[in-house]
This record gives sequence, C-alpha cells and structure tokens, in this order.
Amino acid sequence: MDDAEPAGATPGGATIEFERVSKHYDAAAMRRGAGGAVEDLSLTVPAGRICVLVGPSGCGKTTTLKMVNRLIEPSSGRILIDGADIADADVTALRRGIGYVIQQVGLFPHQTIAQNVGTVPRLLGWDKSRQERRSAELLALVGLEPGRYADRYPSQLSGGERQRVGVARALAADPPVMLMDEPFGAVDPIVRERLQNEFLRLQEDLAKTILFVTHDIDEAIKMGDLVVVMQQGGRIAQLGAPAELLAAPASDYVARFVGADRGLKRLSLYRVGDVVLEEAPLVRQDEQSEAVRRRALAAGDRFVLIVDDLARPLGWVDVEDLPAEGRIREDMADPMSPLLDRRDTLKDATSRLLDAEVGSGVVVDRAGRVLGLLTLAAVMDWMRDDRSREVPVDIAEAAAEAVVVAAEEHGEVPAGQP
Amino acid sequence: MIEIRWDWIAGHLDDVAEKTWQHLQLLVIPMLAGFAIAFALAVLALRRPGTIGPVTAVTGLLYTIPSLAAFAVLIPITGLSLMTAIIPLTTYTLLILYVNTVAGLRSVPAEVNEAADAMGYTAGSRLWHVQLPLAVPLIMAGVRVAAVTTIGLVTVAAIIGGNRFGGLGQFITEGLQTDFDTKIYLGAIGSVILAFVVDGVLVGVQRLLTPWSRARGREG
Repeated sequence: MDDAEPAGATPGGATIEFERVSKHYDAAAMRRGAGGAVEDLSLTVPAGRICVLVGPSGCGKTTTLKMVNRLIEPSSGRILIDGADIADADVTALRRGIGYVIQQVGLFPHQTIAQNVGTVPRLLGWDKSRQERRSAELLALVGLEPGRYADRYPSQLSGGERQRVGVARALAADPPVMLMDEPFGAVDPIVRERLQNEFLRLQEDLAKTILFVTHDIDEAIKMGDLVVVMQQGGRIAQLGAPAELLAAPASDYVARFVGADRGLKRLSLYRVGDVVLEEAPLVRQDEQSEAVRRRALAAGDRFVLIVDDLARPLGWVDVEDLPAEGRIREDMADPMSPLLDRRDTLKDATSRLLDAEVGSGVVVDRAGRVLGLLTLAAVMDWMRDDRSREVPVDIAEAAAEAVVVAAEEHGEVPAGQP
Repeated sequence: MIEIRWDWIAGHLDDVAEKTWQHLQLLVIPMLAGFAIAFALAVLALRRPGTIGPVTAVTGLLYTIPSLAAFAVLIPITGLSLMTAIIPLTTYTLLILYVNTVAGLRSVPAEVNEAADAMGYTAGSRLWHVQLPLAVPLIMAGVRVAAVTTIGLVTVAAIIGGNRFGGLGQFITEGLQTDFDTKIYLGAIGSVILAFVVDGVLVGVQRLLTPWSRARGREG
C-alpha cells in the first residue's frame, strides 16, 4: 500500500486475507455501543470478487469490514491486502487506497457533489483539472449527468442519487479494494434493485475486490460471488458460492437464515443470458405478408415477431390474421409479452412471465435487439442441471480454506432473528 | 420634550467617528481573543469530553461577574488603558462562544466524520475542512449573540473609562454628567445602530460561509 497514487482507471482488485483475526470489546466499549465481536476469523477474498458478509445484527460483520481500513484495529491476527500486512501501512495512505460506502452515505453536506466525489483525489494532491475531469467521469459512470449534478449540494439530491454519489466518491481514486456496508440499505426497494443491478454492471468492468456487508440474505445472494454467513461472535457459519449455500446449507442455522424459499432464490443467481434461448420467429416490417405466412406455416409457428430494421421487437402477430396481400406493417402487431433483458435474473424474468400469464418472453440485448425467447421450460431445464455446474476455482479455494465453526456448535438462532 | 441638537452632532462628527472606531476595536479585539480561546477549548472538548463540564462551569462563573465590578477591579492593575476594557469583554464572550462552538463541532453527523476518516482525512484536516465548516451555523449564532452583548457592555465600560475608553458609551456618561440629552441619545442610539449593523454584517458573513445551508431542493 506504499503506492498511494493509484493508476488511471485500471480495472482489477487485490486479494484480502484475514488470518485468525479477533476483535474483543471490553464492557465499557460495549456500553458505548461497540459493534459485534469477532472471533478467530480466517477468510480469503479472491481478487476482483464480491464477498458478502451476511448475518444478524451483532454478528460482527461490520466490525470485520472496518478492520480492513483500520477504523477498528483488531485485537489479534493479521489482515493482508495483496500479501502486505495492513498494520504496517500508513493509516491515511491505506484508507485513501480503499473505497468506502456506507448506508448513511456520509456525504459532506457543505461540499458540492463534484467536490464530494473528488475527495480522495484532492487528498492525494491531484491537480485541479484532473480532479474535475475525474469527478465528471465518475458521475457519468454512476448515471448522474455531470452538468446537472456537479454543482449541487447533497441536500438537493434524493436518497438514491446520494447513494450513487457515495459509490462514485468511493471509486474516485480507482482503489483496488472497496468496503461497502449496507450501501443500498437506506433506499426504497425499487431504487435498491436498480442500484444493485447498476453496481453489478459496473463491477463487470471494474473488477474491484469488494467486501460487502448486509443483513439481507437476498442481497447477499444477488451481489456475492462468495457469501459468508456469520453468526453471533463473528464466526463463520458457512462460506461458499451463493448456489452452494442455497443448494446445501451446512446447518439448521444457515438453512433458516437463507429461508424456506431458497428454490426461488436460486433463480435469482442466474441471468436470462445464461440460459439457452429459443430462436424467435422474426419477420421484418415491409416483408411480403404471403411469404411470411408460408414460412411460418412451414416452421409450425402460430405467431411471428415483427421487428424493425434494427432487429428491435415491435410485437407479435397471429399468422392466421395476416392478410393474403400486401406487406407486414407495424400496426398489425399485438401488444407484446414481457421484454426481458439478457441481464435480468431468472427470478425476475420468471416472475414477469408468470405475471403476464405467458409461457415465454422476448429477450433483448442492451441495444434492444432480439436475442431469442426465454421459455419457462428452459428455466426448468436450467435448474435441473444447476447442481452439476462448476464453482469458479478461486471461490472454491476460498471456501476450502476458510475455518468454519463446527456443525455441533450451531445453536438456536437468536431470538428475533430471521 | 426632548430636544436633539443636530447642529452639535454635526459639529462633532470627528468625535463621533473616533468613538465609533474605538467601540469597534473594543468589539473586535475581545471577540477575536474570545473566539481563539473558546475554539481551542472546544477542540479540546472533542478529544476529551470530560473537560466540557469544568470549562462550562468556569466560563459560566466569569459570565456572572457584574461587568462594572470587573472593570473596576482591573483599574489598579492595567490602569486606564484599553486592556482594562478588553480583558473583561473577552471573558464575557467565552461562555456563549464556547458552548456554541462545542455544539457546532458536535453537530457533525457521525457518518460524516466516519466517512472523512475512511477517505483518509488526517485528524487536523478533518477538523478544518469538515467539522469546522459544518459547525459554522451554530458558531455564528453564538458570535452574533456575543457581538451584540459586547457592544452593549462597551457602553458600561465607559462609566469607569472616563475619557479614555468606552466607545460611544462615553457620550452617554458625559451626557449624564453634564445633563446634555443630545449626547445621551447620541451614545445610546449610536450603539444600537452599531449593534444592528454588526449583526447584519455577521449574517452576511454566515451566508457567504454556508452557501450549502441555503441550498434546499427536494429531500429524501
């Protein structure tokens, strides 16, 4: 962490390793409202992955997170970032190299949005024009138009907008490691969903190493490459890829924590684009109606999908209703079944199909072009094959290395916890 | 019926300007000194909250000393110099400036301080660039009260300051001694006008320092 000045915008993260890390609080600290204790935690977060710590309040997940940027110093054990012990690093340099996003955001109310985003670059001594360029770039990255937002103050933004600014601020100096503590916890469910999706999209390009804390198992499963279920005392109850956790909870505690609907939750792990799509029977507007009808009958298609010149769907038309003469026109199209993005989760996609009471939906890419059809039958097939699918090597290694509390130690779930 | 002799005032504008200038000195110097002391103590309070009780008690005690007595006590030590006025005027500002500065610095939300720490602010730069700017509204509320109070107290200092100190208050004491109403009104009204002007300036300063606090759009 000697290199406080990060490179321009190189994607990539660093490995985070916890080696037998404990944090104990004395009685006085507990009275002051210290977080949960952590006991002998060993954990490796592979570079470029999102590792979610999930558990009931007081399980030590936030304590674990804050030990990485030394807002909390461990009582014992070591934390290494890319092999270097963080205890040896200069604490301000360490923190400037780690992005930090919290539920309350903690934007500086007296600074404009651009200044807020430029905080770490400013502390690192970047020149003014570079700071400004970076702020504008990041605002655009998180979906806030720089021209509209740069000169506003945090009080003039909605909760969701503020949270985006919080993410932009954390990314400003392109840190290899990000710490996120319930980052989408303070916004309403619709905004949360959107922020989660956008963040996952960003992470595809950024490939930061992210330690993410939440108490929401759905969020953990959605966001995590690696999910660590924690229990009271800062111990790991189970660690693994989300699919493993859902398919094979290691204990009653984990099973209860992931919930009875874990079958549905498994659907949220996969994206529409993962599933083999059926080819859609496309016809272009302006095609000869009669030719289309003959082609459809030959292929056994009762309905065909009208698309525009850029292959964007306009709507379905019943082959029986096609006129014998003339060309296909846009106004022949019936209202569409749900349009699915190939990045939608299977859970969302399935839910929308069920909702629209149709057996299949049109899947489009980012440009809105038709990729194919997703059918409920294809979803079923996909789930059936799920168990044989392989977990990425780095995730499997991390899971194998972790010290998980012995099964017999799993007591009752504390009262009032899910 | 009160007669104000405008011609007398017109003939003594030099005197009015001089005494107004001294009134301002007796306002600004104690305010600056008082703020420096109060701010240092408030920063100490952030690090050691245990000091808040004792410091509040001591500054409170100083505040309760009758002003006339305080000026009189200092005459044997500092004589008829401006210091005799400046020292008590300074101690009178301490309580309100201290209490408001502590409240201001403590009003910074915990998550803002935490974010500042996590971004890699040093303790010193966090104080200057995050906590102090956010404390400005409460600090300025204290400064305004202290300033208006001090302007009033300066006129009291004139009772023992004779023709040496007391700002516009000297017109009041002289007027009382010579039974010349014009001077009494000149001193009293002049000091009230001064208080309004100073307060107006301070409001302006606060607006300049806190553009963010007026930026209110949609919430939530």
